[in-house]
Amino acid sequence: MNKILTKINLAPQVYEFIINAPLIAHKCQPGQFVIIRTDANSERLPLTIADFDRISGTITLIVQAVGNSTRYFCDNFQVNDVILDVVGPLGVPSHIENYGTVICVGGGIGVAPVYPIARALKEAGNKVISIIGARNKDLLIFTEKMNNVSDQLIITTDDGSAGIQGFVTDPLRKLLEEGCKPGLVLAIGPVIMMRNVAETTRPFKAPTTASLNTIMVDGTGMCGGCRVKVGDNNMFACVDGPEFDAHLVDFDNLVQRQQMYKTHESLEYGCGGHCKCVEE
Amino acid sequence: MRGGVRNKMPEQPANIRNKNFNEVALGYDLNTAIDEAERCLNCKNPRCVAGCPVNVEIPNFIQALIARDLKKAIDILKNKNSLPAVCGRVCPQESQCEKNCILGIKGDPVAIGRLERFVADFARDKKLDSIQAKPLTTKNKKIAIVGSGPSGLAAAGDLAKLGYAVTIFEALHEPGGVLMYGIPEFRLPKEIVRHEIKQLRDLGVKIEPNIVIGRTFTINDLFNEENFDAVYVGTGAGLPHFMQIEGENLNGVYSANEFLTRVNLMGAYKFPKVATPVFIGKKAAVIGAGNVAMDAARTAKRLGAEQVYIVYRRSEEEMPARKEEIEHAKEEGIELKVLTAPLKITGTPNGWVNGMECCLMQLGEPDQSGRRTPIEIENSTHLLDIDMVIMSIGQGPNPLIKATTPDLAINKRGNIVADEYGQTSIPGVFAGGDIVTGAATVISAMGAGKKAAQAIHQYLTKE
Repeated sequence: MNKILTKINLAPQVYEFIINAPLIAHKCQPGQFVIIRTDANSERLPLTIADFDRISGTITLIVQAVGNSTRYFCDNFQVNDVILDVVGPLGVPSHIENYGTVICVGGGIGVAPVYPIARALKEAGNKVISIIGARNKDLLIFTEKMNNVSDQLIITTDDGSAGIQGFVTDPLRKLLEEGCKPGLVLAIGPVIMMRNVAETTRPFKAPTTASLNTIMVDGTGMCGGCRVKVGDNNMFACVDGPEFDAHLVDFDNLVQRQQMYKTHESLEYGCGGHCKCVEE
Repeated sequence: MRGGVRNKMPEQPANIRNKNFNEVALGYDLNTAIDEAERCLNCKNPRCVAGCPVNVEIPNFIQALIARDLKKAIDILKNKNSLPAVCGRVCPQESQCEKNCILGIKGDPVAIGRLERFVADFARDKKLDSIQAKPLTTKNKKIAIVGSGPSGLAAAGDLAKLGYAVTIFEALHEPGGVLMYGIPEFRLPKEIVRHEIKQLRDLGVKIEPNIVIGRTFTINDLFNEENFDAVYVGTGAGLPHFMQIEGENLNGVYSANEFLTRVNLMGAYKFPKVATPVFIGKKAAVIGAGNVAMDAARTAKRLGAEQVYIVYRRSEEEMPARKEEIEHAKEEGIELKVLTAPLKITGTPNGWVNGMECCLMQLGEPDQSGRRTPIEIENSTHLLDIDMVIMSIGQGPNPLIKATTPDLAINKRGNIVADEYGQTSIPGVFAGGDIVTGAATVISAMGAGKKAAQAIHQYLTKE
């Protein structure tokens, strides 16, 4: 269990891990996530399930080395290594039905968790328009996979090195202005991107869902560390979500809460206990 | 020392222990334990036993201790209680076994909890409590236990002794429930919990961590896909309550569950030697006055908060925490702000806590539960200068099992409905502990687990 079967470098600092996790692969649905703990000193990291194969009993995780723990994992874990703890599937699965037309928007590594949802929406009979974006062409991931499950794929890059120059919201706005009436717009990516998607679709009253990436500890509803304001309610992203109506999410609060451990993250011992500097 | 006075428990001095996570109470030595044990009158009709939710044969283990037969003493304890080192430390003995002790009428009751702890610790050190993996009469029936807290562990131990194949499913990466994530190291060292859980494994109990029932398997899956013959649900009261006041989503506001999980289960007190961080303010307010609030306050103090307040809307008299824990907290420099209720938490422009608006309360008539109702005093609003808040106003039942098991009857508070023996609305599904009663004590959860084990045994042998 939890053995790494494949590790591929998809983009600078972005890795795809295929992990043997038959119990999770057996049960998981698009939109769900796992929490991993790499070894005894590690923290619990929430990661969305980017793909799964029930027959071979594997799940796919995409990890971007951005913080101490993800960097430690990406640098030190290779094929045949075993991840100490993998728990899941967690969270409420995406609601899949035939909406007619859906627009799936993915930013950065957020494209990976969009993929299984787009695939399920396609299988449910939807016309799937996908918009995926990144800062530049080297950071684009899952382009071919997304192409395979989309009726139309639109690519954007901030610098114009691939596809349309600009943000994912540019072609999204254009589609809506041209009269496209999606039954669902799904956005997964950095918080700022998801907020911008919500603001783009709001005037068009296009139903919009965002998959929130809050800080989590247990992922089972026992601590409330992942709480977010959705409308008038305080919700726990791990058990009530992670998907919520993007027009009701308090994104400012989400951005603010993600800053909670910034000073800890930048401590001198930024290794999180994983290097010689903190050994006594 | 003879007569009405019990032997004192040696402790770390308050001004030293409030800076470390080592155990506060240091335990009796052999001579003190025997001296204390000799106070026991060995009643023919021992009232103490009736006060114990798992009915430990108290006079018998105490007599074995007096005879210096520690092997016999631990065996008597373990016969009824698989976690004596835990219970000797965290049970509220003053309202259970010791409350009933006849010596308590004119003086101090026998220190039963301290003696239980002594025997368990001595046996562990001297390896008197190792379980011989003896071949059990196997019953050829499989029982799934959901949750590895005190009630699940107690049920598992008794069912394994009866010869059933028992598997415990635990959502977190380490078993123990509140014993691991909730109660701090300085009250209950985690190595002791691990030792007592390992003995259950030696007894043949399988423990599967990282399995969330309701997600990885539903209760139905346990019967239909995994072929279990009965299921015991002991998932506890792990859903934190918030006050629903303004400012609860500011940075620096924790539920006690999150704060204690980071520190106890994830070891954040060792950060950055471990990767899980925890935020500690200079001035912290803990809202609530139960045992969890005391644990959170004392933990915050140990992690460097200069000022820690317990903010409680009633008076010290009504505090639900054990008297001993309140005393410990006060000795360690925790300040009680009683008859004080939070109205809202204020924050900086960047979203960090910088104060709490409170009002003063007075106590009115007793309510249905007999506790006097706090009433707001007009024009008493004031600002408390703090930069961290820990909400410790209670926990409810986690709704995940109910949400994925539609047939399971629950009451309006979300607790599973079960009879005295743990039988739920679904045949073969039993439940006990905090998921049924709401948040209570470790030992009452263990008592429920033991009762349900008997009921499961009857259910499976009747067929």
